[in-house]
Amino acid sequence: MERMPRWADLILTPLLSLVIAFAISALVIWAVGFSPLEAVSIMISGALGSSSGWGYTLYYATNFIFTGLAVAVAYHAAMFNIGGEGQATIGGLGVALAVLFIPWPHWSLALLGAMAASAAFGAAWAFIPAILQAKRGSHIVITTIMFNMIAAALLTGVIEYLRPVGSMDPASARFPAETALPRLSHMFEAVGITWGRHTPVNISFLIAIGACVAVWALLWRSRLGYELRAFGKSESAARYAGISPVKMTVIAMLISGALAGMMAINNVMGQQGRLVLNHVEGAGFIGIAVALMGRNHPLGVFLAAVLFGFLYQGGQELALLTPIQPELIIVIQALVILFTGALDNMVRLPLERIFLSARRRRKAAGHGGAG
Amino acid sequence: MDFATTLQILDSALRLTTPLLLACLAGLYSERAGIFDIGLEGKMLMAAFCAGAVAAMTGSAWLGLGAAIFGSILLAVLHGLASITFRGNQLISGVAINFLAAGLTVMLAQSWFGMGGNTPSLSRAGRFPELHLPFAGAMREIPVIGPFYAEVLSGHTALAYIALALVPITWWLLFRTRYGLRLRAVGENPEAVDTTGVSVTRLRYSAVIICGILCGIAGAQLATGISAGFHKDMTAGRGFIALAALIFAKWHPWRALGATFLFGLFQAIANRYPEVPVGDLFTIPSVAMDALPYVLTVVILAGFIGRAIPPRAGGEPYVKER
Repeated sequence: MERMPRWADLILTPLLSLVIAFAISALVIWAVGFSPLEAVSIMISGALGSSSGWGYTLYYATNFIFTGLAVAVAYHAAMFNIGGEGQATIGGLGVALAVLFIPWPHWSLALLGAMAASAAFGAAWAFIPAILQAKRGSHIVITTIMFNMIAAALLTGVIEYLRPVGSMDPASARFPAETALPRLSHMFEAVGITWGRHTPVNISFLIAIGACVAVWALLWRSRLGYELRAFGKSESAARYAGISPVKMTVIAMLISGALAGMMAINNVMGQQGRLVLNHVEGAGFIGIAVALMGRNHPLGVFLAAVLFGFLYQGGQELALLTPIQPELIIVIQALVILFTGALDNMVRLPLERIFLSARRRRKAAGHGGAG
Repeated sequence: MDFATTLQILDSALRLTTPLLLACLAGLYSERAGIFDIGLEGKMLMAAFCAGAVAAMTGSAWLGLGAAIFGSILLAVLHGLASITFRGNQLISGVAINFLAAGLTVMLAQSWFGMGGNTPSLSRAGRFPELHLPFAGAMREIPVIGPFYAEVLSGHTALAYIALALVPITWWLLFRTRYGLRLRAVGENPEAVDTTGVSVTRLRYSAVIICGILCGIAGAQLATGISAGFHKDMTAGRGFIALAALIFAKWHPWRALGATFLFGLFQAIANRYPEVPVGDLFTIPSVAMDALPYVLTVVILAGFIGRAIPPRAGGEPYVKER
C-alpha cells in the first residue's frame, strides 16, 4: 500500500491537528470577548517570559510526562487506559502513607520509598481492571472510568483517617521537613545561578525524564517491550508466537498504573507537602491528550507534556490577569484530543491524498522525460 | 424508619432517577446501534447549561428545553462525525466531548452572566413546575397506595413523566418496529444490514441524534427541573452513573428503569443519611454509597452476577468496502 512519507505521518499530521485545535481555541477566546492575540502574548510571557514562569511550566509538565507515559505504554499494548486520574489519586495515597508512617532519615531515601509506594499503589489500582479485561473480557475503558470514580470516593473516605486531630481541612498532616524534595531552584542556587525562585519544579522533573528514557528502552530495546508491542499490533499473531495475552495485558497495565501513580511524587511530595483531596486536578486526563499529541513515543510525550505545561501555566496567568476562566485549558485539551485522536482521519486522509497525487504527478513527469 | 420517611426517600429517589434514566436511555439507543458513548456526561452538561442560560434570558422553561436539546445534538453530531464519518475512535471522541462541555459551559457562562461559571437563579416561570397527578388529594385516604400515589408518583415535572413514558416507548420502538430491528442489527452485524440495502451510516446517525435529544432533556431536567439554574460541573458524574446503569441493565429499557432507580435510591439514601452506623464503633460514610453504583457495575462487568455482553459491533467503525 502506498503511504505518506514518515515525516508527514509523524510530524506534519499532528502539527496540523494542533493548528486546527489552537485556531478553534482562539475562536473561543474571541467569542468570550477577548483578543486571542493578546491572550497568547499573556500566556507566553506568563509561562515562558521569566524563569519563574518556566519553573511552573516544567512543574506541570512533570505531572503530564508521568500520566502521558502511562497512557502511551498501555496504548502500545492496544489498551486505552483512561484511569490515570484514579491511579494517580491512589498513588498519592501511597506517597502519603510512606512518608507519614516511616521515619526517613534523609529525603533521598524518602524519595525512593515514596516512588516505590506510589508506583505500587498506582499499579495495584490498575491491576483489577487489567485482570478483569484479561480473564473476564470486561472492557478496560469502562472499568477504568469506574475505578476513577471509586478512587475519588475512596480518597474522600480514607483522608478522614489521615486528618490531624483538630484540623477541619480534608487533608493529611504535613509531611516531615526532612522529606521535602529539593527544588530545581535550590539546586541551581548551589552552583550560583538564580533560576526559578519560589517555583515548585523539583527533582521529580529529572526522574520524569529518566522515566521517558526507561519507557523508551523498555518498549524498543527489551524483549518484554517487543512482546508488548507485538501483542498490541496483533493479539492472534502474538498468541501464535507464544506470548500470553493475559500476561501482556496485566504487565502493560501494571507499568501504566505505576507510571500514573508516580506522578504523586511531584505534586503530593514535591509541591503540596501533604495529601489533599482531588490532588491530581485532571492531570490524569491531560495525559490522554499528551500521549495522543506525542504519538505515544516517549520523546513526543515529553515535548507534548512541556507544551501542556506551558498551556496550563499560561492559562493560570490568563485567569489571573483577564476575565477568561482557567477552564480554557480544558477546552484546548478537549480540542487537542478531538483533532489528534478522534478526528485524526479528517486531517490525515486529505493529506494522504495530496501526497499520493503529487507522487503520481512526479512519476508521470518522470515517465514523460524517459520516453 | 417509618412509613412517611420511606415515602420521602422514595420520592427523592424518583426525582434523582429521572436525569439518570434519560441519559441511560440516550446511551441505549447509541450503543444498540454500535456507537459507544462515554460522552453522555458532556452532552448532559452542555444541555443543562443551554437550558439554564436560555431559561434565564427568556424566562421560559420550554425555550430552555429547546436550547438544551439543540446544544446536546450539536455535540452528538460531532460524535457522529468522528465515529461514523471519519471512523475515529469512539472512546477518544467521547472523552473529548466530555472535556469540551466541561470547559465551554464554564467559559460561556462566565462570559454571559459573570457569575463564576453559573447561570442566574431561575424564577418560577423559568422552571418546570411540579405537576400534581389527578385525584392525588382524593386518593390520599386509601391506605398505603394513596399516600404512595400522592407523595411519590405525583409532584414531579413534566420532563420526569416524559422520562418514565420513554421506557415503554423505547421498548416498543426497539423490539416491535422495523426501525428498532434494523437499529439493533446495525449494532450487532452492520454488514448484514448493509447487504439488505439499508444505510448503516444513516441508521447510526439517527441513533446518535436520538441520543442527543434524550441527553438534552436530561440536562434540562437537571437545570430547570430539579435545580433552579445551571451551575459549574452540575452533572457531577451522573453521565457515568447512567453509563454504569446501562451496563447494569444489559442494554435493555425496562432493566434501565430498574438500574437507574436503584442508583437513584442509593443517592437518596446517601443524601438522607450521610453516615450509617454499624454497631457502636464503625460508621459507613456516605462516600461508600456514592461509590456503590460504580462498584456494582464493575462486579457486573466481571460477570460474577450475570454477564453483561455489549452489542457485538459496538466501538467498531463500519467500513463498507476494503
